[in-house]
Amino acid sequence: MLTDIANAFVLLANFVLIPAAAYGAQLALGALGITLLFGILRFANVAHGDLMAFGAMATILATWQLQAWGIGIAPLPTALLALPIGVLAAIAASLAVDRSVFRYYRRRRSSPIAMAIASVGVMFVMNGLIRMVIGPDDRAFGDGARFLVSAGAFKRATGLGEGLSIRVSQVLTLAAAAVAVAALFWLLQRTRVGKSMRAYSDNEDLARLSGVDPERTVLVTWVIAAGLAAIAGTLYGLDKSFQPFTYFQLLLPMFAAAIVGGIGQPVGAIAGAFLVAFSEVALTYPYRKFLRYLLPEELQPDGLVQLLSTDYKFAVSFVILVAVLIWRPTGLFRGRLL
Amino acid sequence: MSFLAGENMHGGYGGADILRGCTIAAAKGEIAVVAGPNGAGKSTAMKALFGMIDLREGRVTLGGSDIGRLTPQGRVKAGMAFVPQTGNVFTTMTVQENLEMGAFLRRGDISGSMGQVFDLFPVLAEKRRQAAGELSGGQRQQLAIGRALMTRPGVLMLDEPTAGMSPIVMDELFDRILAIRQAGVAVMMVEQNARQALAVADRGFVLVAGACRHTGTGETLLGDPEVRRAFLGG
Repeated sequence: MLTDIANAFVLLANFVLIPAAAYGAQLALGALGITLLFGILRFANVAHGDLMAFGAMATILATWQLQAWGIGIAPLPTALLALPIGVLAAIAASLAVDRSVFRYYRRRRSSPIAMAIASVGVMFVMNGLIRMVIGPDDRAFGDGARFLVSAGAFKRATGLGEGLSIRVSQVLTLAAAAVAVAALFWLLQRTRVGKSMRAYSDNEDLARLSGVDPERTVLVTWVIAAGLAAIAGTLYGLDKSFQPFTYFQLLLPMFAAAIVGGIGQPVGAIAGAFLVAFSEVALTYPYRKFLRYLLPEELQPDGLVQLLSTDYKFAVSFVILVAVLIWRPTGLFRGRLL
Repeated sequence: MSFLAGENMHGGYGGADILRGCTIAAAKGEIAVVAGPNGAGKSTAMKALFGMIDLREGRVTLGGSDIGRLTPQGRVKAGMAFVPQTGNVFTTMTVQENLEMGAFLRRGDISGSMGQVFDLFPVLAEKRRQAAGELSGGQRQQLAIGRALMTRPGVLMLDEPTAGMSPIVMDELFDRILAIRQAGVAVMMVEQNARQALAVADRGFVLVAGACRHTGTGETLLGDPEVRRAFLGG
């Protein structure tokens, strides 16, 4: 009986809890960028998914080069060594885009919707550029040790029927996300530049009256958002695989996360990301095996007990998004209205 | 000698002129009150002094030099502080962070100025860790003025500081503004509650249709039968 409960828990951890935590951390880094950009630049950056792909692409190219030179940091993936290149590339790209596109609309004091639509254009351009450089196909770039704990080793060690596998990329994702988020909050709460960002997001006119330089604040925000996007894109690519179009698909869950948490609220973006990730994974997981461990024989289900086919996983974020917009448009942490 | 002066100001928001030859000024250690009926251009005159609207004619001087080319931020650096009527605190930030933002352009230790603000408004010291959005209207106004004082300004400009306040809270605020004057700051305020404001004013300006109709000490204006009849309700 006790082994059954242990098996059920291990099964759930292996297929729901750990993957959802890693996925949530990736979404959180992207959603943080979206929410910061909304707070400071006052528009929804639709090109954020492709900014992630761009950063990941630059990391991959640098990783390949490092691999060709035989430079690595095994057992950790070489991509980690190449990540600073990806971060710098994403920052450079977003600053170039801001200079050439968004600054024009900012000076004209265009409406947020005009800027959001301009970002759709940016998305298409970036999307095309990425496909031209690295191609539309799956690109493998992960190396180093694959598992921190493998299913077989876990079974041998515990004697349980179910194995728990923890991939290096998952641990790396959670660790990197924790470090990035801690650094971000330290910056926002403790430093002069962070406080000026919060002030600018809170009340732009008063921030100007206090002597906050708007263009500098915008620049810092792009640097942070693009940096987080490149980290998120690379971690997602390491954890799943790199394919340009999957990043476009991440846009919906990331926006759902930012809005559920309350747009403009960094804490909310993180909470929202985990809510979306856990809902997505938990609702598309077939619970048959899990229930077999727990229920007496006569109650055991015949079907898969999968609430939703994985094909519909994006519907989950969509439903969450719509529900929040109807019943609590400012989100869990009282953000702004979109 | 006026520390801040707007002379013969003409201008508006792009359409017809709202200011038509308006002249207002404040000297250090004095309170200047700008009064007048609704739509007379009181707030517009303040914005013009602060460089938030472009003047077609006339000039603005600070400490004797023309500051017409300075941006609002530049004027903050030059020693002007402005407290808008609404949206004058960072609601999501704590009281202390609001005061820190006031001193954003200053380098070095600001604890002395913060101590002075806390001496002036003791309730802010009590609530220093609380978000500004949780303060009452009167406390918020105190914080807004405190934030402006953190720049160590030569002139403090207040746009309707007592709007929507109960008489007791209003008296207390005027009392604090008198204390700020005592510290040698030039205070210029637009006030809806003209009678109380003129009572503490060293200089008063009554604007009508964008021009300065009456000028004098607060006492003189309060004693002027024409001013009383037109703006103070007899």
